Amino acid sequence: MDFRDSPAEAEFRVRLRDWLAGNNPGLPASSTDDEYWARQAEWHTALYDAGFFGLSWPSRFGGHDLPTVFDVILDEELTAAGAPPRPSLGYLVQGIDTHGSEAIKERFLPGLISGRERWCQGFSEPDAGSDLASLRTTATRDGDEYVIDGHKIWTSYSDVADWCILLARTDPGVAKHKGLSVFAVPMHQPGIEQRPLRMINGITTEFGQVLFDGARVPADNMIGDPGEGWRLAMTIVSHEREPGELGYVARYAKTVKELERVVRADPGAFGSDQRESVAWAHVQAEMLRLHVCRRLSERLDGVEHGPGGSIDKLLMTWVEQTVGSAALAVSGPRAVLDGDDVALKTYLYSRAQSVMGGTSQIQKNIIATRILGLPTA
Amino acid sequence: MDTRDTAEQAELRRAARRLARDLSPATVAGLDDETRTARLAAAVLDAGWLELRSDGGDGGPLAGGVEAAIVADALGGTVADVAFTGPVLAADLARRAGGGSTEGAVVAFAPDLIDAAVVSGPVTTTPVYALDAGTDSSVAYVLVPDGDGHRLARVPVDGTASIATDGTDLTRTILTIPAGVPVSEVSVSVVAGSGVAGQGRILTRDDRASWAALGLALTSAELVGLMRGVLDVTVAYAAERQQYGVPVGSFQAVQHLLAESRCLMEGSLSVASYASWAVDNLGPDDARAAGRVAKAYCARAARTVCETAVQVHGGIGNTWECIVHVYLRRALLASQWFGHDGEQLRQLERERLGAAHGLS
Repeated sequence: MDFRDSPAEAEFRVRLRDWLAGNNPGLPASSTDDEYWARQAEWHTALYDAGFFGLSWPSRFGGHDLPTVFDVILDEELTAAGAPPRPSLGYLVQGIDTHGSEAIKERFLPGLISGRERWCQGFSEPDAGSDLASLRTTATRDGDEYVIDGHKIWTSYSDVADWCILLARTDPGVAKHKGLSVFAVPMHQPGIEQRPLRMINGITTEFGQVLFDGARVPADNMIGDPGEGWRLAMTIVSHEREPGELGYVARYAKTVKELERVVRADPGAFGSDQRESVAWAHVQAEMLRLHVCRRLSERLDGVEHGPGGSIDKLLMTWVEQTVGSAALAVSGPRAVLDGDDVALKTYLYSRAQSVMGGTSQIQKNIIATRILGLPTA
Repeated sequence: MDTRDTAEQAELRRAARRLARDLSPATVAGLDDETRTARLAAAVLDAGWLELRSDGGDGGPLAGGVEAAIVADALGGTVADVAFTGPVLAADLARRAGGGSTEGAVVAFAPDLIDAAVVSGPVTTTPVYALDAGTDSSVAYVLVPDGDGHRLARVPVDGTASIATDGTDLTRTILTIPAGVPVSEVSVSVVAGSGVAGQGRILTRDDRASWAALGLALTSAELVGLMRGVLDVTVAYAAERQQYGVPVGSFQAVQHLLAESRCLMEGSLSVASYASWAVDNLGPDDARAAGRVAKAYCARAARTVCETAVQVHGGIGNTWECIVHVYLRRALLASQWFGHDGEQLRQLERERLGAAHGLS
C-alpha cells in the first residue's frame, strides 16, 4: 500500500503543475453557470493539446497509455490550482472502446478524446427513465441508413454536440432488452430539434431534450452488433457511476476549498454549525479522493469494474449533496435573498446527483441484489 | 501510487482474518468461554502482533501502521475479545520514548479518552483509564510534563491499584486507575536516539501527534472491521429470516438500508487505509489530520451501520443474546477513543478554518 508518487508520477505532477500555473482558464463551475459550457470546449482541447487528458486511454486513439492512477494526480492538481475539472467523458470512451469495431474506434475515439468532436448521450426518454429498456425511439433500416424517430431527454449538452451516442429500438419483435442497438448519430442535420429544459437552479444548457423526426444515420455508424445496445448502454452507465471516470473529485474539492477560504477570511462571522458543515464537507471530499485512489489502484491489475460502480455512485452522491448543503449553510441568508447566489445554485444542482446516471434507489437495488446477494422479491 | 496490499500485507490480512474467525466468540454466551479467550490471547501473542510497533532495532517500528491496522480491522470484524490496540499503542509510545516496551503495558487515558493522561505530581489526581488492557497487564503509561515535552512514566495496574470497569464494550478490558496511585519513572534498558541511558527520551509535540495518528488510524481500522462483520451477520440474517412467507431481505426497504451500510463501509475502508499509511509516511501533523478525517468518517458511518444492524434484526436485535449489540458497543468505544467524530471535526475546523470567534 503506497500513496506516494512514483518517479514518473512525480515528474508528471510537476509538469502539470507548471502548465496549470499559466493555463488556468478560471471558468465558473459547470453546475452553476451556463458560461462554463460555452467555454468548456476550449478548456478540453487546451488540456488535451498540452498532453494532460486521456491519460489512461490507448495512445493509438490519442491517449497516453498511462496507468489509471495518473487521473488521481490530474484531479489533485486541478483542485490545487483552482482549475476546472477534467471533461467527464470517460464512460463514452469505455463504451465505444469495449463494444465498437476497430473501424468505429478509429473513426470516433480520437475526436472524442481530443475534444475536436463534441458528444452527447441519448438514452433516457420521457417514458423510459429508470426502466430504460422500455424506450420507444426507433431506428428503422432504409438502404445503407437507419431512420431515427423518437424523443430523448436529459441529453446533457445536446445543443453543442456534434454526435449523439443513441440507444434505439431496432427490433420491436423481441424482448425489450434484446431489440436495442446503439448508433453514432450526426447532430447537425434536419430532423433533429433541440428543446432544452431549465434546471431548478436556472441552468439552461445541461438538460437537453432532443426530438428525432426522420433523422438519418449511416448503418456503418452502428456501435457494436444489432441487439448489443443494452449491453453497451450498461457498460456506459456503470462507468458513468464511477467518480474516477468522471473526475468529479476535483469539482467537489474545489468547492470545499472555496468555502474554507470564505470562512477563514472572517472566522467570527460564522457559527459552529456552519463551521462543522464545512469541515464535514472536507471529510467527505477527502473520502472520495481516497476512494478513487483505491478504485483506480484496483484497476492496475485489470480488475474490471462491475456492480461496484453503484457503491461509488452513492458515495459520490452523498459527497456532492454534503458539499451542496455546506455551501448553502455558509451562504446563510444570502442564499434566500439572492436567487442568483452561487451557493444556492450549487445546492440546488446537487439534488440532481441522486437522480442522474441512475437514481440512488436503483443503485441500492443493484448493491442489494448483485453485491450483497439478497434475494429478489 | 498503488494503494493495493503488497503480497506480505495480503498474507497478513488473510492470516489475521483466519485467526480471528477461528477464535472469536460466535455468540454472546461465547464471550464467557475462558478456554477460548485464553487460546485467542495466546495466538495473538504468538503471532507477534503485539510487537508490531515495538522498536525494530533502529528506533523505528518493526512494522508499519498499515500492518497494525490490518490486524485491528480483522479483530474488529469478529469482535475478537483480545487486547491488541492497547498494547500496540503502549509499545509505540515506549519506542518513541526510547525504551523497550514492558510486556503487557497499556496506556492510561485522560477521562475524555482523547489523549494519554498527563500527571504532574507524584500521584494521580483524577481517575484515569487503561483501555484495552490484557489479562497480564501490570503497568499503564502516563505522561509527565518536562520542559516543552513529556516524559513517559508508569503507574501500577495490578492488584489493588486499579479496578476492572464494567465498560460498554463487552470484548475489551478497561481498568480504572483511581486518584492517589503513585507515579514512577520508566526505567529504560535499551536507549535509542539521543536519550541518556536509564532516562529515555523526551516525547515532543511531534511524537505525540504521530502517536495520536496511530491511535486514530487503528481505531478507524477497527471500526471498518466492525462494520464489515456486523453487515455480514445482518445480510445473512435478512436472507434467512422469513415474514409474509419470504425472506425479509427481499423487501426493498430492508435492502436499501443494507446497501447504504455497504457503501458506508467501503468509504470508511478508503479513508482508514490512507490514515494507516500516513502514520509512517507523512509528517506528524499531516498524519494526524489524515487520522482525523478517517475517524470522523468512520465513527459516523459505524454508528449508522451498527444501528441499521440492530433494526434489521428486529425485536431479536434488541435482546442481549443477539450478537449485534456486541458490535455496536465495541463501535461506541472505538469511536470515543482518541475523540469521536464531533471532536475530530472541531479539530479539523481549528486547523483548516482558523479559530472560531471568541475562542483561542
